[in-house]
Amino acid sequence: MYRHISIQQEDFSLDAVLTRLKHQCPSSGGLCFFIGAVRDTNLAESVGGLFLEHYPGMTEAQLNRILDDAQSRWPLAGVEVIHRIGALETGDNIVLVAVAAMHRGESFAACEMIMDYLKTQATFWKKEQVASGERWLEARASDGEKLQDWTGVGGDDQPLAD
Amino acid sequence: MKVLFFAGLRETMGTDAIEIALETPITIGALKHRLQGPDGTSLAVLSEKTPLLAAVDKEMAADDTLVEEASEVAFFPPVTGG
Repeated sequence: MYRHISIQQEDFSLDAVLTRLKHQCPSSGGLCFFIGAVRDTNLAESVGGLFLEHYPGMTEAQLNRILDDAQSRWPLAGVEVIHRIGALETGDNIVLVAVAAMHRGESFAACEMIMDYLKTQATFWKKEQVASGERWLEARASDGEKLQDWTGVGGDDQPLAD
Repeated sequence: MKVLFFAGLRETMGTDAIEIALETPITIGALKHRLQGPDGTSLAVLSEKTPLLAAVDKEMAADDTLVEEASEVAFFPPVTGG
C-alpha cells in the first residue's frame, strides 16, 4: 500500500494529493478525503486561532500504527495523512486523511476509522485563543467511545459491499 | 533517563524535559510519584485531577510499564489533534 505521512506547518494542496494518489494507485476508483479545519466557535466562545504542538517522532510512529491497522482491515491501495502544526487561523486546514481503494465502501470506512484513531492516539495538542485568553483543549469522551465502534470491523470475515 | 513533558503539562512543570538518574528500573506509576512540579505536587497527584498519559520510547505505556536509564519517557494530557 502506498502511504505518505506528513507533519508540517505549511498548508496542503488537495489537488496535489489527488494527483499523487491517482498516480500511485491507478486501479483505485474510490477516493475519500476528510479535511478538518479550524472552527470559529468552540464551547460557546469565539475562537481567534489555534496553536498546535506535537511529539516529534512519536506522532509519526502512532500514525504509522494506525495505517497498519487500517491496512489489515480493508484492501486499501493508498493513504495520505497530512497534519499541520504551529499557529493556525480560523478557517485554516488542520488535517487531511485521503484514502484510495478499488471501491467507495472501504475508502469511506477506512477514512473514518483513521480519523477516529488519530483523534485519540496521535500525539497532537491544541491550544486555542479566545477572548478570555488562551486555553488547552480537553479531550472529548465521545472521541474515545467512537473507537469501540471499530472493534472487529473490517478484515476478510466482513467484506464490504461495492 | 530523559523525561519529556508536552502541552499543558509542560507549562505546569515549567520545562519541556528533565534528566534524572535511575539506578534500577522503575515503573511509570512509581515515576509519577517521584516526579514533582515546581510547587512540589507530584505527577501522581496531578493525574488524580486531570488525566495524564505516558509513553515509553514513543509508544503508549501503562502505570505498570517498566522503564530504565536508556528509556525516553514522556508524560502528556490526552491528545486533541485532528
